[in-house]
Amino acid sequence: MNATATPPARRQLQTPKPPASPFPYNPGSLLSVMDLDLPAIGQLLARATALENQDPLTRDRILLKRRIALLFYESSTRTRTSFELAAKSLGADTTLVSSLSSSIEKGETLKDTGLTLRALGAEAIIIRHNSSGAPWLLEQETRLPILNAGDGMHEHPTQALLDLRTILTHLDPSSKAVILSDRKSTVIPSEAFAETKQTVILSGARRASAVEGSAVSPSTLEGVTVTIVGDILHSRVARSNMLLLPRLGAHVILCGPTQLLPDSAANAGPGIIVERDFEAALRQSQVVMMLRIQAERLAGQQIDLAQYKDAYQLTGQRLAAHAPKALVMHPGPIIRGLELTAGVADGPQSAILEQVRHGVAIRMAVVERALTAKSTIG
Amino acid sequence: MTTLVIKGGHLIDPAAGVDAPKDILLKDGSVAEIAGPGKIKVNGNTGPDVQILDATGLTVAPGLIDIHVHLREPGQAHKETIATGTAAAAAGGFTAVAAMPNTIPVNDSPEITRWMLSPDRSASVRVFPIGAATRGSKGEQINDFAALKAAGAVAVTDDGHPILKDNIMRETLAAAARVGLSVIQHAEDTRMTQGASMNAGPTAFKLGLRGMPPEAESSLVERDIRLVTELKDARAHLHVAHTSTAAAVAAVRKARRNGLRVTCEVAPHHFLLTEEHVGLYNTNAKMNPPLRSAADRDAMIEGILDGVVDAIATDHAPHAVHEKEVEFEHAPNGITGLETALGLCLRWLHKEWKLPLGRVLSLLSAQPAALLGLKGRGTLAVGSFADVVVFDPKAEWTYHAKETRSKAHNTPFDGWTMQGKVRWTISEGRIAFSATTPQ
Repeated sequence: MNATATPPARRQLQTPKPPASPFPYNPGSLLSVMDLDLPAIGQLLARATALENQDPLTRDRILLKRRIALLFYESSTRTRTSFELAAKSLGADTTLVSSLSSSIEKGETLKDTGLTLRALGAEAIIIRHNSSGAPWLLEQETRLPILNAGDGMHEHPTQALLDLRTILTHLDPSSKAVILSDRKSTVIPSEAFAETKQTVILSGARRASAVEGSAVSPSTLEGVTVTIVGDILHSRVARSNMLLLPRLGAHVILCGPTQLLPDSAANAGPGIIVERDFEAALRQSQVVMMLRIQAERLAGQQIDLAQYKDAYQLTGQRLAAHAPKALVMHPGPIIRGLELTAGVADGPQSAILEQVRHGVAIRMAVVERALTAKSTIG
Repeated sequence: MTTLVIKGGHLIDPAAGVDAPKDILLKDGSVAEIAGPGKIKVNGNTGPDVQILDATGLTVAPGLIDIHVHLREPGQAHKETIATGTAAAAAGGFTAVAAMPNTIPVNDSPEITRWMLSPDRSASVRVFPIGAATRGSKGEQINDFAALKAAGAVAVTDDGHPILKDNIMRETLAAAARVGLSVIQHAEDTRMTQGASMNAGPTAFKLGLRGMPPEAESSLVERDIRLVTELKDARAHLHVAHTSTAAAVAAVRKARRNGLRVTCEVAPHHFLLTEEHVGLYNTNAKMNPPLRSAADRDAMIEGILDGVVDAIATDHAPHAVHEKEVEFEHAPNGITGLETALGLCLRWLHKEWKLPLGRVLSLLSAQPAALLGLKGRGTLAVGSFADVVVFDPKAEWTYHAKETRSKAHNTPFDGWTMQGKVRWTISEGRIAFSATTPQ
């Protein structure tokens, strides 16, 4: 007999159900990776490639003179610049409002700032905000297409999409293996500004075949294990990726100390597990995403950095010993010598600058969608 | 003063053990007579001053009592005033509300207590101020409880600024016991909830919000119960405000079994909603204590059904619209509750979960009155205050926040189906709310 007594039968009570989400109000918005179904993701990936390959002189007619505001409550290099370049590549006029040089400093609320931008003719707003959920508030109040460029500790959907594109360019469609390329690529002119001598990227032709050919499906990333390492608790990149990648068949391993990775993270969605042992996680991984410790969000927590590096720093030795074929990614900004060594950042397995480059293509597709998406409900 | 006769209704007075068709005569602010249908002689009770209320098909019950409301006066009249808050109370069937001291300035003095009780505040129903336990609710220096009580305070608390220091809480319990006041604790170890804006757990993680662990509540409840145990003073009464976690209810249940005078209240949102209702950052689902897990919510229902919960209290916490239209983590805590409590309790506790109507009404009147020692309230026995609610127990209706009598609209129950529509609310013999009165 089973020794443990079964608990007394709980009364099965009807309880009120949470209301259905009214979001997104605008079909052009991208607030969360969950706003996109798989066909929409496939469509964005295809448009990213098409727009990237399109003649810049015709591409800039797509959104010619349309007005897009960038509203940044937090500093940013990659996301802001690539959104701006993406919008300008499509011919749009952009304007940047940042919290430090605007009436936000004088106490203007997010709602009023959004309504002001709309009154100035903004047709879409790209927002980065230090509070989780801010893009939802902005969308509710303005009903404009809102693109979430990172909200607090919550989501960063375009980063997850560009990370997906990066992974897909390394995915061998026949063997479903993630492969590193050791070939120096032919540099695509539009990407030349980002090229550095150490970066290994794939040829433009090969990328086109990997991304364009296949619409994404629940098995696209079957057999691929992606480990996200470090400060998961404070990371919007981690959340967007852990919600996106498993929907395409990937396994996601979250790895880090309890302080930066609560056990409950495994419940965030299907296909997610927590593994505290970095080397055990590395051995299972085809892709390793390293994260920065977000000192600005630690809220009084003290992290023993020596101990942290000891357990979780990605070093050349660790990589060679446990994941010599894995793709190394990082959303940036990287802190060399903390979450990863300079050698790994600049090494042959690193896709860090490739990720940056994919950002422009993905964001062109997302900005185009923002201003051209039609409501499906008439 | 007007004489009122409520005829043809069905009286439910749990404290008096009445559940039968009765007519009621209210005179000079008190219940003068209870009699079988048609038995009240109106001789001497006729004339222009006698008003007859036809309660055919309606339930007549002691006016509801909410022992946890925020009326925002003095200091934050843009959110609510004593006049608007008590108007909402009357519309919800409440004839008495106990007002929390987190006003500006904090109600830590007889002067402020008396100011709140002044007729100039134009309260629609009886207000019972709760005094601050410590000076400025800073948790350091204990107030003069005898003076607060003399001025009209019915309990002491530091509400949103829980008393964390053991010695201060011990002294508070002892001093309050000596003068016969209850100590109400908002149980939250604020050292564990810094920067948090919802319940800790998978939902908070997913939303990227810092969470308040359930232990922040239960550990303080356990600490307070330990202090009551150590005090060994039978007069000591600890009341746990807005209990929201299974562990806290379990601690109260155990304390009661051990013979301690420890009571607790639960708010409708904590027995109805879970953290899932936060949805995508709905600031009208943000309050403190926060909406918890489904297991915690179920424990609130169990606690109500099995009797460990002593009262339903709303924690009515009005805020101006613009204050809630901000980023979730910056929005103030709290939701309104006075107009929705009865409708939700009847719809869910009674209709859905089969708690007898008498017990639902007891949780909303007799028990809270007993808990705070409000003499002559919570019952309609002859001689009691003429505090009455008359409602249609079967009527289903939809709550619209924009039609509220409160100044505030911050409720997660906008558009919800309610059961039981208030027809009249009578406060000390005066009609404080009538469903036909225009707003």
